[in-house]
Amino acid sequence: MTWSLVLGIVSGTIMYGAPLLYATLGEVVGQRAGMVNLGLEGILLVGASVGLAASVVTGSPWAGIAAAGIAGCLFNLVYAFLVVSRKANQLASGLALMFLGTGLSAMIGKAYIGRGITGLARYQVPGISSLPGITRTMFSYDLLVYLAAPVAVVVWWLIFRTRWGLGLRAVGESPSAAFAAGRRVSWAEYQAAMFCGLMSGIAGAHLSVALARTWTEGMTGGRGFIAVALVIFSKWHPLRAIVGALVFGGAVTVGLQLQASGSTISPFVLNMIPYVLTLGILLIWGGARRLVAPAALGRVYFGEE
Amino acid sequence: MVRALKRVGETLRKRWGLGAVRYTVILIVALLAYGLVLLIAGKDPIKAYVDTFTFTFGSAYGFSELLVRMTPLLLTAVAVALPSRLGLINVGGEGQLYMGAWLATWGAITFVSLPQAAFIPLLILLGFVGGGTWAAIAGFFRARGWVNETITTLLMNYVAPLIVGFFIYGAWRSRVPGASAFPQSATFPPAARLPRFFGTRVHLGLVLALVALGIFWFMLERTKWGLKMRAIGGNPEAARRLGMRLGLYFVVVMFIAGGIAGLAGMAEVSGLHWRLSAGFSPGYGFVGFLISWLSGGSAIGIVTMSFVLAIVFAGGSLLQITQGVPFAAVNVLMALILFAVLIRPRLVRRKA
Repeated sequence: MTWSLVLGIVSGTIMYGAPLLYATLGEVVGQRAGMVNLGLEGILLVGASVGLAASVVTGSPWAGIAAAGIAGCLFNLVYAFLVVSRKANQLASGLALMFLGTGLSAMIGKAYIGRGITGLARYQVPGISSLPGITRTMFSYDLLVYLAAPVAVVVWWLIFRTRWGLGLRAVGESPSAAFAAGRRVSWAEYQAAMFCGLMSGIAGAHLSVALARTWTEGMTGGRGFIAVALVIFSKWHPLRAIVGALVFGGAVTVGLQLQASGSTISPFVLNMIPYVLTLGILLIWGGARRLVAPAALGRVYFGEE
Repeated sequence: MVRALKRVGETLRKRWGLGAVRYTVILIVALLAYGLVLLIAGKDPIKAYVDTFTFTFGSAYGFSELLVRMTPLLLTAVAVALPSRLGLINVGGEGQLYMGAWLATWGAITFVSLPQAAFIPLLILLGFVGGGTWAAIAGFFRARGWVNETITTLLMNYVAPLIVGFFIYGAWRSRVPGASAFPQSATFPPAARLPRFFGTRVHLGLVLALVALGIFWFMLERTKWGLKMRAIGGNPEAARRLGMRLGLYFVVVMFIAGGIAGLAGMAEVSGLHWRLSAGFSPGYGFVGFLISWLSGGSAIGIVTMSFVLAIVFAGGSLLQITQGVPFAAVNVLMALILFAVLIRPRLVRRKA
């Protein structure tokens, strides 16, 4: 393995880990409030299609990112309405959201298939070009990549160091206790769902506007489900989610780099790496989940009726 | 005899009388909402619905195509409904379908010279084992308490098509001169094709699906295994203390469920396409989950909802041709049907 290959993998790991980190953070907040959202895949798709469409229409990639964030937020309100207000089954609601996102994004994105955009401006990490073997495209990221880890810290601070986060966690552990303590359970759940939608919308737009710079149907390729898996791996902790996202980013990048360097390994095998790795991670670290998972995760709370 | 008939009638009325109203209301609401979506997208919903209706019910051919569409849906729905009795959530029908088709294709292009009488049972066996093994992996992980089957089956959905891709872009790629440039396996020998009926594209897969459904119903409602499975699904801890081997049930039931989904994949490639190609399934596995969930796991519900979803799919293909709506838009309609159930307005509320 050559030095430039190593640099390329490290550089790409951060790049491809970033959108997954945003999605994972959103899901961490949602699950801390007791909601498992398998609809993340749908939100990512809606974010990706809306983000690209808005970028093309307005000519500004940042407008695209903002539009995708809002769209994701509104889109996840559908899930919140079903789960919180109508006390519906979380799993089925999540999959319904996935169906809706798949269909809507195909309709929204159809007019923009093959429309390339310039995407977000990229800035190289300052001072890194003096290192040997660094080319101009390496370690050159858009602002959303730079912001990903700080956002994780902010989310950690919100969950563990603010009254809002305390309420959120109380709702996820025991909604009836939170209600008895004067918390508005439904409102906290709605807030968590909106935050989850916002983050996932941005994550989807980051995929289409900053990374791929184009729209293809179903382009998220199961990243929503991988994010749900990474939440389990990260033990519902935002800072551990950074590690999870980097592992996934690394798996994607190793595949891409090996293909680019003319490896004889089939691209199909390389494309399997992220999924197999995620499964492996779950197998190794998934067993201890009962100790740390929010106690009311996945349960329907009927208390206030 | 009379009493038995009476009992059947009573069950039908209880299960079905209110159910029919419920399903009809749900469908009308969903169709209206979808019409609105189409209208916003600048399409003509009335033309879409009229076209779909006249195509599917206007001719014997159109109707037979519905049965063709229905075949994989019935099987993938049973593949979800069976483990759900145990409390297992199998969202991996799509991957299991691909693996069934994959192993069946291996058989079809390897044992080229077998007679049909031996070939068809072999393909059924291979399709079953392919999908079953894939699902049993998730069942095994769950049985050992390592990781929940929902997320494993979901992730494995994305691996199976890559395995299929690996083979049809590689070792199995048909290199016959004049063959399609599109990567696909060699065409199945005539003996490896499921028989078709009445000059339509309806094939033996439909019979397999109905048999599977019948066995599913009989097993669950009339045998001790069905009772035990319900006991485990109702209270796993109590069942375990009564000495039932939960782990064994998890693995075996997931194997059978995956096998049934694998049959759907086998039937698609050997009954319909006669070759394996990438993306031959427009998400039948996921739709199977939807059908099973909507029907509450009842056999009659599965048949009805599969039929309805077959119409939805047929309409989706039509809409793509006549009005340029992407086929994936059928997902919107499916989501709306699910929403109508999940919102649970009083009229259609189901006893929890």
